[in-house]
Formats: sequence, structure tokens, C-alpha cells
Amino acid sequence: MAKRVEDFTIKRNRYLNNDLFILELAGNKYLPELKPGQFVQVRIEGSPETFLRRPISIHDVDYENNTIKLLIQIAGKGTEALSKLKTGDILNIIYPLGNSFSLPFEQSSVLLVGGGCGVAPLLFLGNYLKSKGHDPEILLGFRNSGRIVEYDEYIKIGSVYLTTEDGSKGEKGFVTDHPVLKEHHFDHVYCCGPESMMKAIADYCLKKGITCEVSLENLMACGFGVCLCCVVNTVKGNLCTCIDGPVFNIKELKW
Amino acid sequence: MVNVGVSIGGLKFKNPVITASGTFGYGSEFDDFIDISRLGGIILKGTTIEPREGNPYPRMAETPSGMLNTVGLQNKGIDYFEKYIYPKISGYETNVIVNINGSYVEDYIALAERVNKLDRIPAIELNISCPNVKMGGMAFGTNADSAREVIKAVRRVYSKVLIVKLSPNVTNIVDFARIAEEEGSDSISLINTLLGMSVDIKTMKPALSTITGGLSGPAVRPVALRMVWQVANAVRIPVIGIGGIISANDAIEFFLAGASAIQVGTASFIDPQISIKILDGILKYLTDKGFSDIKEIIGLINR
Repeated sequence: MAKRVEDFTIKRNRYLNNDLFILELAGNKYLPELKPGQFVQVRIEGSPETFLRRPISIHDVDYENNTIKLLIQIAGKGTEALSKLKTGDILNIIYPLGNSFSLPFEQSSVLLVGGGCGVAPLLFLGNYLKSKGHDPEILLGFRNSGRIVEYDEYIKIGSVYLTTEDGSKGEKGFVTDHPVLKEHHFDHVYCCGPESMMKAIADYCLKKGITCEVSLENLMACGFGVCLCCVVNTVKGNLCTCIDGPVFNIKELKW
Repeated sequence: MVNVGVSIGGLKFKNPVITASGTFGYGSEFDDFIDISRLGGIILKGTTIEPREGNPYPRMAETPSGMLNTVGLQNKGIDYFEKYIYPKISGYETNVIVNINGSYVEDYIALAERVNKLDRIPAIELNISCPNVKMGGMAFGTNADSAREVIKAVRRVYSKVLIVKLSPNVTNIVDFARIAEEEGSDSISLINTLLGMSVDIKTMKPALSTITGGLSGPAVRPVALRMVWQVANAVRIPVIGIGGIISANDAIEFFLAGASAIQVGTASFIDPQISIKILDGILKYLTDKGFSDIKEIIGLINR
């Protein structure tokens, strides 16, 4: 898929809470086919402190309306600037970037595991899997009930299991504490979230012999395999998260 | 029509816009974005004799108007290059230049000999200025005797156009430029990155795995421009200006200060089409100002 540099127009900037928001962007040209797990590199204009683009995973795609959604957490000056975008503003992006999650075998039981803002690519993935005839289950972990994002969207895809660290909604604890991991059988797990969570899920999958793919979020400058800054150590040596990832099978990673 | 062709060591460049090593991969990464054959030249990712894994992550930190990196010359080595990369670059109608690096003088000699045999590579950029490797790299480029030794040794075995890339991390860059000229290099490119560092106050650790790294981007431009001006006034061989160029206006500053060509580096990370935009901007500037040849503005402030 050819990569593009294009101006998109902000259709909507919707706040989910104080520091999480969803940007809905409309393309001026028809969108190419995008794949779950891919990301965009967002240009932030106007400040010398946000010199580089910011990699943001694709949260959802609407081909009919020619829009993509980005779920973003304010984590620094770049994402803070993005949070202030308004309807009609222009956002320049490079896309589509990165590989994508692989499709599971037919009839396999699939679990999506997400934590915090890391749930972002799982909505696109869940909808995609559903359109391909799969029936994924979804396990999501958040700090507390106020941090739960897009629950109404995930529940449309399949069964959703929740954990919160303070027990204010769902099971108390981390995703790895949820009984569904013991009670249900899974063939394929897709995971995105904080590194500690992904490592814990990877351990669980390795022990159970479950195929597991994780989506990484390394610091990068370019996003298309040139700067070599976003490397992750793998059985094949240092690979770029931006072109060889962001999705990796856990058996490849030397964590 | 404005003439923007320049000649470096007898090698013709259709225009003075070259992409900098380490910021342009092997070219193919930009095929989706630009027509590479429009560029004056491209300088490929730094190559060593042996494959190198580079430095541990994290390798990058954003800084005001720039970035620090500590990639550490990750590359697959010259064997892989000859076998798999070299055949792919033949389609580009531009000067494809290899940037060579080593830990020992012998490495540079062996690499120069190998690259000398590659018909499609008309020039090498001798990198004696990488700040992110434990051995070699900048160590050659910040000591006058070892700089002389490595340039002399490479010149002896390399018959095509030799460009020496200088480190700014020295007291007097003119000394090193003169050494390069005396030892027969055809051109000097400068500057490589400035040694810098950054600390993450959340984790209370250095931002880079190697603590220090190379600073690039517009933050270094005034320093680069000053050094290019000093060197252009001190040597007779053509100078290639590098350092924080993100627009045609920036490039023109370097021409006026004495650079015969420029390299676009970090800017390509942010806008992969920037090299072509800079070229178009240079053409427009020259046309608007009524110049017929870029040579008319090279070193204009020094006349």
C-alpha cells in the first residue's frame, strides 16, 4: 500500500474525559484500504518543541464517510496541541504506516486485550474481525470507572469483560486477574496497552500455547523505516517498530 | 531556465540538493513520496564492513527545534549491501553516494576498495564524524593526526570522488578542512551532528541509552552555517553544507555563505517530500532574483 502525505480536515474533536479525546478526520481524497494495527504520523504545527510528528494508531475507519478516528491521550506538548484542534482545522498526516494484526484461523476463538489508551487499535481490529466472520471477545482494563472509553462501541463487537484497578467497575485488579482468562479457551490473543500489561499477557499466552500479537509504541522520528530510532530487540535482531511492526508476534520479541 | 547544476570533484550534480546519510535510508523508503531522480544526489545510510546492530533503545529524544539520536550505525554490512541493496538503486537517475564508516583505518580502506568497484557509485562520503560509536567514527574526525591518516589511506585506494564529512565537535574545524584538502579529498561536507544530551525528569534517567547523542535539526543551523562559511573561506575544494536545513531559504543561506551544494537531513523525517520542495524553492528564488546560474550566489557574501 503506497504511503501518502495528506491534509485531513477535523470533523469532530470529542472529549471522553479530561485527557482522552477522539479526533475524527475526513480525507480530501478517497481513503486507501487501511488495516487494523496501522498508524498515522501526525504533524503538529506551530511550536519548536513539537518538532517531530507523533505516531497515533488508527482507532476506527469509516470508508463511507471517508473518515478515520484517532483515540489520543494527552501525554505531552504534542498531544496537548492536538487536543485543542477544532472542527474545520487541518491536520497533515503520513499514512498508512506499519504492518497489521494477522487474521486468525477460521473457527478460532479470539480475545482482544487492551489497557488504558492502548485500547485504541482494538476497535478497528474488532470491527474488522467481525466483518470477516469472527466472533471476538474483548477484555479491557482501566484505572477506574471514569477512565473507561468507548464501552458502547466495543459491546457492539462481542462480549466485553472489564477490570478496573480500584474495582469501581467490573473485576477489581488488572486484566490478567480477570477470571475469563481461566474459564474460556482462546486460540488467538491480540493485545495493546502499557508494556507491563502486554508482558503479563504474553507470559499467560506463552504458558498456554496461545498465539499472541502485541502492538508496540516505541519512540520514533520518521515512521517509515529511515531514522532507525524505534527499534525493538527481536530474534531477528533490532527491527523497526514503524515498518516491521508495530504489531509483533510475542515469539519474535526478546523482552 | 536557471542553471542549478554544480560540479564536485568533476562529478556533475543536476542540482545542489542532496539527501543526507542516515535520513534517507537506501532511497526506496521515499519512492512513495517523491521522484528521487529529480534530486542532485542521495547519500545512503552509513555502511560498515561488518553488520552492526547499533545501540540499544531508546535512541531518540526530541529537543527544541531538533532531535538527538544515538542509532550507532546500525546496518547490514557491505556484503549485504552489494548483494541486495546495490542492485535496487540502479534505477535512480541521480548520484548515489555511499557513506562509509569504520572502527579502524583498515576498515575504511577495505570499504573504499569495495565501493570503488561499484560502477553505479560515483562517490563516497568518508564519515569520520559519527558521535555514537565506541570506536572509530568521531574519534577519527576530532584528532588531527588520525583524521589525516584515514583520509590519506582512503585517498590512496579510492579513485573516484571523495567527500570527507567533518565533525563539528572540534575546537577549530578549519584545521580539519585543511587536512582533508591537503590529503586530496575532492570535497568537504559539514556538519555532522553536535554532541548533546537530554535527561528525562519523569524517570530521572538519561533520555538516550548511550547518555549522549547527536543533535540535528534547525537547532544546529546557525552553528553549521558559521562553520560552512569558515571552511568555504579556507579551502579551494567545494563545500557541501549540512545542518538543520528545512526550507529553500535555509539552503540559500548556505549557498550565500559559500556552500556549493547542500544536504537535507532531519527535515525528511517530518516531511518526506521536503527535499523536492527545497529544490523547487531554490529555483523560484533564483528566478525571482534574476539569476541565471546558481554559481552566481555561491559565496556571494564573501566577495
